[in-house]
Amino acid sequence: MALAKELEQIETVAQEPVIVAEKLDLTFQTNDGAVQALRDVNLTINKGDFVSFIGPSGCGKTTFLRVVAALEQPTGGVISVNGMSPEQARQARAYGYVFQAAGLYPWRTIAKNIKLPLEIMGFSKADQDEHVERVLKLVDLEGFANKYPWQLSGGMQQRASIARALAFDAEILLMDEPFGALDEIVRDHLNEQLLELWNRTGKTIGFVTHSIPEAVYLSTKIVVMSPRPGRITDVIESPLPQERPLDIRDTPEFLTVAHRVREGLRAGHAYDD
Amino acid sequence: MSDVSLPARSAGASAVVKATFEAIFPVVVVVAVIVGLWYAACVPMNIKASLTQAEREGAVIVPPEAKVRRDMSPIGLALANPEHTGTTFSQERPLLPAPHQVARELWNTTGDMVLQGKGFSKRSLLYHAWITLSATLLGFAIGTVAGILLAVGIVHSRVMNMSVMPWAIASQTIPILAIAPMIIVVLNSIGITGLLPKALISAYLSFFPVVVGMVKGLRSPDAMQLDLLRTYYASKSETFWKLRLPSSMPYFFTSMKIAMAASLVGAIVGELPTGAVRGLGARLLAGSYYGQTVQIWAALFAAAILAAALVGIIGILQRRTLKKLGMAH
Repeated sequence: MALAKELEQIETVAQEPVIVAEKLDLTFQTNDGAVQALRDVNLTINKGDFVSFIGPSGCGKTTFLRVVAALEQPTGGVISVNGMSPEQARQARAYGYVFQAAGLYPWRTIAKNIKLPLEIMGFSKADQDEHVERVLKLVDLEGFANKYPWQLSGGMQQRASIARALAFDAEILLMDEPFGALDEIVRDHLNEQLLELWNRTGKTIGFVTHSIPEAVYLSTKIVVMSPRPGRITDVIESPLPQERPLDIRDTPEFLTVAHRVREGLRAGHAYDD
Repeated sequence: MSDVSLPARSAGASAVVKATFEAIFPVVVVVAVIVGLWYAACVPMNIKASLTQAEREGAVIVPPEAKVRRDMSPIGLALANPEHTGTTFSQERPLLPAPHQVARELWNTTGDMVLQGKGFSKRSLLYHAWITLSATLLGFAIGTVAGILLAVGIVHSRVMNMSVMPWAIASQTIPILAIAPMIIVVLNSIGITGLLPKALISAYLSFFPVVVGMVKGLRSPDAMQLDLLRTYYASKSETFWKLRLPSSMPYFFTSMKIAMAASLVGAIVGELPTGAVRGLGARLLAGSYYGQTVQIWAALFAAAILAAALVGIIGILQRRTLKKLGMAH
């Protein structure tokens, strides 16, 4: 009896919701009139999930991520992050955010760039050094601590920016097309590394992408969105195993999921115009 | 093919020589052309005075009638009297002094006086240049600090953005020649004389480029950079010190160069209404009172050399700082 109760508890811990959106609406007022960026978005992201948002431009995938990060305010509906409002979650430094461009400061070394959030959050000098060393190892950039950004390749810069987002131990990692500006070979490599990092750290990851293979390869859950108005058309729980070598992309299971994503995109009339 | 067969070392050395030559050659050509045009211009500018002088000394001038000569073009006069063109380069008070006359005057009032141990006498151009330089630097410092403070206010406060900028622009539309005497007179009447009034005129001219440049520089971080700091819940002051200020450095140095040149102009203009006592501005004014064109030109060149040196120093600081900040490679 006690054992069953404990098992049940483990079950609920494993399914602990981190981000919950209910009937989320967001309308931007522009010069051309109102634009509905999000309409009636309902989504639950559990702890440890790797969730990809895929869809054409203007489908609201980035906007949704920005609402989670409290960089945009929804005009309707409710959203909670770690049981708090996004604003409170931001104050509690609940998430690290990775943008499309690495955005490293050219006047700081890689180590000093990673220290940027730590300085702002008031970590001690000793803690800063320790965190920098740990995250540099996570993204495979040991030995580059004292290099300047311009001395690194684009892929390495993006890894440094991921390290910067991981530096303050936020449980949630929000990534807005982080590999969009990189070539496919570098991208494959970084995808593999990102999966490994996710496996090791157990972070909850929200990942925006344009690429169907990238979304299917990385995610435990794929959210397919469509534009005008931005809305969710399909949520796919991936049947792929946790361990994913790159050549899993040639298996029938992978292709089936990819096909379903493509169908979802087509159903959203994404290619009408 | 012969280049390839050369030993690598001498090929490298000759490349350095070639690069140096290619860097200097255009400058030399431009200077030579300017000096050539200048000498050429001296002849028609000064020919009438040369002919008058020669006639007084008993020489025969073509044509002999002064009345006919008055209606002739200077170039025509020079062509008719080629033997008298030589003296156009050596008049005491020429309309346009020749380059070597200006150079000699510069040397006589600087280096030569230093050699005589009178480098800082009141007749020395070094003394007057120092007077102007001190006002320029003080005014530049005041203007730069004021410009930065205004820019910080404009970037951080909507009210200041709306209210200060139009006034700053309006202030620069007032001719400095009109407002400089007012500043001198008003400050004089409340007992402030000497360096400060001139420095304030310099500051009046030099704060503006700093405001414009720094507003642009402090706003140069893009939306993504600002969003990143928002995700860290960074305060306005952290955003300023860690992002906005370092990002503004390239703009800062460029606007400082303009401000320095403006500041020098301000100091010179500020010296005009003080009765032409001290400073390069005073030398310009005194020169024009007494028709000492050589002195005017020497003072002009001293001002130009001073400006070039000051802007050059800022340029060196700019290169060093930006390199250190990883903004130039």
